[in-house]
Amino acid sequence: MASVSSPPVAGGAVIGGTAAANRPRRQRRRRGRYPGEALAGLLFTSPAILMLVLFLLVPILMALWVSLTKWTGQGSPFAAGVPFAGGGNYANLLTRPGLERSDFMTSIRNVLYYVVLVVPLQTGIALFLAMVLNQRRLKGKTFFRTAFYFPSVTSSVAISIVFLFMFTGGGAVNAVLRVFGIQGPSWFNDANGLVHLILGGLHIVDPDNPPGALVNHGLLGLSWWDWLSGPSVAMCAIIALVVWTTSGTFMLLFLAALQDLPADVEESSLLDGANRWQRLRYVTLPQLRPTMFLVITLGLIGSWQVFDQIFILSQGGPDKTTLSPAYLSYTTGFGDQNYPAGAAMSFVLFAIIVLMTAVQRWLLRDSDAARERKAQRALRRAQRKQEVSA
Amino acid sequence: MIAISPTAAAPTRYHNRRRRNGIVWVVVGMAVLVVFALVYLYPFVIQIASSFKTNPDATANPLSPVPHPVTVVNSFAKLFNGSTDFPLWTFNSLVVTLFVTGGRLFLDSLAGYALARLRFPGRGALFGGILAVMAMPGVVLMIPKFLVLNQLGIYDTYAAMILPLLADAGGVFIMKQFFETIPVSVEEAARIDGASTFQIYRSVVLPMARPALITLTILSFQGSWNEFTNMLVAVQSPNLYTLPRGLADLVSGSLGAGTQYPLKLAAALLATIPVAIVFIVFQRHFIRGANEGSTKG
Repeated sequence: MASVSSPPVAGGAVIGGTAAANRPRRQRRRRGRYPGEALAGLLFTSPAILMLVLFLLVPILMALWVSLTKWTGQGSPFAAGVPFAGGGNYANLLTRPGLERSDFMTSIRNVLYYVVLVVPLQTGIALFLAMVLNQRRLKGKTFFRTAFYFPSVTSSVAISIVFLFMFTGGGAVNAVLRVFGIQGPSWFNDANGLVHLILGGLHIVDPDNPPGALVNHGLLGLSWWDWLSGPSVAMCAIIALVVWTTSGTFMLLFLAALQDLPADVEESSLLDGANRWQRLRYVTLPQLRPTMFLVITLGLIGSWQVFDQIFILSQGGPDKTTLSPAYLSYTTGFGDQNYPAGAAMSFVLFAIIVLMTAVQRWLLRDSDAARERKAQRALRRAQRKQEVSA
Repeated sequence: MIAISPTAAAPTRYHNRRRRNGIVWVVVGMAVLVVFALVYLYPFVIQIASSFKTNPDATANPLSPVPHPVTVVNSFAKLFNGSTDFPLWTFNSLVVTLFVTGGRLFLDSLAGYALARLRFPGRGALFGGILAVMAMPGVVLMIPKFLVLNQLGIYDTYAAMILPLLADAGGVFIMKQFFETIPVSVEEAARIDGASTFQIYRSVVLPMARPALITLTILSFQGSWNEFTNMLVAVQSPNLYTLPRGLADLVSGSLGAGTQYPLKLAAALLATIPVAIVFIVFQRHFIRGANEGSTKG
């Protein structure tokens, strides 16, 4: 109730016109400005709220309950006979050694490499394309913008089928590679990790006979050698697909931000004799910070959830190297009928996403604050120097 | 101002160099755009060409944009002659898209209007809740949604495909933002004339909200036409498959022998065409939607 009377809710300023200003203050706050306004407000919002509660809030609470039980999918999870598991399902994923934990950790490893590659690549390509498109004298901008954005609006399933065809052993991608004299791999059958391949290629480590120190020790049920595999060749193909489909959307965000930048800042930097690179580094990029933050946040949230592409292209294979937490949660729940374990995975994934976003927020804010503190220290030093010399 | 600029001393040379530089950059820029446009569009060229190829041709010449020989018997004809349920999937997709889009337009505009204009208890908290829900990662909800659909007894029905998609916090947000930009005076006048709140919403506000409603229609159309995960957990009967679910079924081997890429690519192509047409016709609404949806961050 208290929040209703708080003025910062947007729209208050618009409504508070002349008609409302003449009324007694208390009545305006609590009841609305005419009979039935509060009732209308509740009635108007109730269908949308009902849907959000029924299909977002209730599912979460229900899944939270299921993740604490050993429900087998038969009958209602609220029935009296359903055994309670406490934190057992979560322990299976995080602390108890076994197949469940090593599978879950494998999926975490896979998605970590996936995120580490997808987010910078999609952000970088989006920014690059937006910058090129933002040049004043280019022709056909609308066409190019449409071309880059189009993959983003198509169905993830339909586009995955196209990539499945392009990345077959004798497919289009390998045909292009052959032009450059490269023998392409059999993409979706190749479980070799990129880091393993590079180490092997440089003759630092033999991937067929890895050092015992890395194989015999590990963390959370996965050996160091497995943690350090890098994305598999199959995962790289999925990364290529995702970067290709998402960069267009983010390009639009950057483009809108670039077009909103004040022209005078750019002009004055031109007059100051800044070259292209300096303008980019010290003028344009700092102004794009809020958009950059948004793009990285959306990218992180989206890429941790990768599911559709894996469902179509690789089903977690080869050798579990494209298993993602979302896909594993789905197969555990619907494939093995182990809904409690699948739900527990969802919540761990949810916690990770929330944590990542919080960490990213904290990192960016912290660097800002740190820079400010540094600038203030420098200012104080300069002032002291001035006082001394005076 | 001139005094600051080091190049101002030799304006003509400076300008000549800048002009030459400018042309070089335009050429480089165009080259970059053309290369990227190829990367972004050529997969679709391959898709279209391969849909008209025979199986051996598609396998032997995956890069070629020209089918040789051209055939539709191998792909398009098979989609409609009973070898697949393609017409059924299309029908189901149409039903779902129609109801979801209609439902969202009604629910989102009603709630958005109330949040923007009406005073009622809990409004601030409600708006905060909607913002929080918008950040909810969707994939995490797959098993939870199934549990609720099962509990409600609507698992494996059209209702299970449609109702969960009506929970659309983003759409409520877009409508609320829009209603706040239109002037309140017309509504005040209608109220003085004795119109009820619903009448005002119906005959005064909605007509003014056309641009936002178009944006919302397009986003809903695209979203529900392409929706995959909800359909995966909402139904299991093949006669309730929508296009994405049906396509996934084709890929996972329901075709029997052989990879039959031309057939799969043709199915994916036909499933893409409606969204492609809407996209090309209403492009600026897509772009507005992409930018508006992002202000939530």
